[in-house]
Amino acid sequence: MPVVMDADRISRTLARIAHEIVERNKGVDDLALVGVRTRGVPLARRLARSLKEITGHDVPTGALDITLYRDDLMRHAVGPQPTVRRTEIQFSIDNRKILLVDDVLYTGRTTRAALDALIDYGRPKGIQLIVLVDRGHRELPIKADYVGKNLPTSPEESVQVRLLEIDGQDEVVLEGGAA
Amino acid sequence: MTTASDIDRTPAVTSLRHKDLLGIADLSSEEITLVLDTAEAMKEVGTRPIKKVPALRGKTVVNLFFEPSTRTRTSFEIAEKRLSADTLNIATSTSSVVKGETLADTALNLEAMSPDMIVLRHSSSGACHFLSRICRSAIINAGDGMHEHPTQALLDAFTIRERKKQLAGLKVAIIGDLLHSRVLRSNIQLLTKMGAHVWVCGPPTLIPTDIRRFGVQSTSRVDEAIVDADVIMLLRIQLERMEGAYFPSLREYFRVFGMTEDRLRLARPDVMIMHPGPMNRGVEIASEVADGPYSVILDQVANGVAVRMAVLYLLAGGTDEEAA
Repeated sequence: MPVVMDADRISRTLARIAHEIVERNKGVDDLALVGVRTRGVPLARRLARSLKEITGHDVPTGALDITLYRDDLMRHAVGPQPTVRRTEIQFSIDNRKILLVDDVLYTGRTTRAALDALIDYGRPKGIQLIVLVDRGHRELPIKADYVGKNLPTSPEESVQVRLLEIDGQDEVVLEGGAA
Repeated sequence: MTTASDIDRTPAVTSLRHKDLLGIADLSSEEITLVLDTAEAMKEVGTRPIKKVPALRGKTVVNLFFEPSTRTRTSFEIAEKRLSADTLNIATSTSSVVKGETLADTALNLEAMSPDMIVLRHSSSGACHFLSRICRSAIINAGDGMHEHPTQALLDAFTIRERKKQLAGLKVAIIGDLLHSRVLRSNIQLLTKMGAHVWVCGPPTLIPTDIRRFGVQSTSRVDEAIVDADVIMLLRIQLERMEGAYFPSLREYFRVFGMTEDRLRLARPDVMIMHPGPMNRGVEIASEVADGPYSVILDQVANGVAVRMAVLYLLAGGTDEEAA
């Protein structure tokens, strides 16, 4: 089971993305971070800490649950409903640039749901997508603006992102497949 | 602020075992916790600028009400609309029931039009169980006779948990017409399952003889029920269900059992006053208590929408066994 990113690598990658955010947006004015549950949330909080260290400014940070917007929700004739968690966005997204944060970008369907969910909170000036790992195999026309690591995978494999806040350790692991 | 780890704790169960919600009797404490946790997420939907999510798009829900109801019917309808379900309301006065159609025929005719869920309010205890046996649709009990009113008990529990963080160990006093109350029957089952200590109180003529079988204390002395109570729940005196004389007069009832500010001093200083509505002011509750600082009566109404959204959402899926 190959470890594709260890704790150091994840930490350096997030620091690099934080600098890219500042460079591309010429500062952090009007920015806000929104993490997609589950693992996008701690990633968004870590980026907020880095942005504070770099610029001295606080960037508002929220958590988005996309369950109620999933495109496969009512398509299963049987089977239990996925568990819904709370969305916590305690600031207005109107006229802000929203940095949407997720752990893995795969088919793009989660991002599609997240975009629909966000729009229900207001009209942001723009939305940029940050992912720790892009593993390919897109099914929708969606592209990340900031990528931690491009990881070529086969559809049989699965990418597990583990984070200290949730899983007790930081690592990205590639599981399954022919190897 | 909640930490990531407690938001993301894995729930003990992730679905309800039954296709219907007929009563609290069928729910385990884990299932009750799942409904309450889901309702917390649903409550947030009601605070957004756009109070609507696409979760139940394409689902049809029939609200079939054979008894008058404002609060419950409106609450279900708002919950359904916030989840994007298509809803239709059938009240007895405008339906074929006035032409003599039976409950079974009404339900089977509705079923022929393939709704996904039927929310039923009926004056006969067991009407929902009856429908669940003959219908494919999920049946949600919105109050059946003197039997159960499960979504009321769930929203009461949600309101208590919101303030007190947990239900276990609390002293809850329920006072009023115990004999005719479906709210009572659902609430005592839910509260005892979750580990609360329940006291029920009312005139001896309105206390069911077998009430202790539910694991509650009963008394006709109101002071004994409310001393050190964390929660006081008042039940409506249901004049429409009373055929005999259960107590001398409404005035006497208020004097002996009515909740007044004076009486409230016996309870804990952070007591919550609850009432499922509609209230008879000056009978079971004094106006200054109903409108006072301890009253959470309007929170109950607000939370009703979130809890009903949770129930609708969870029942719209299948069960773990079906998936296997």
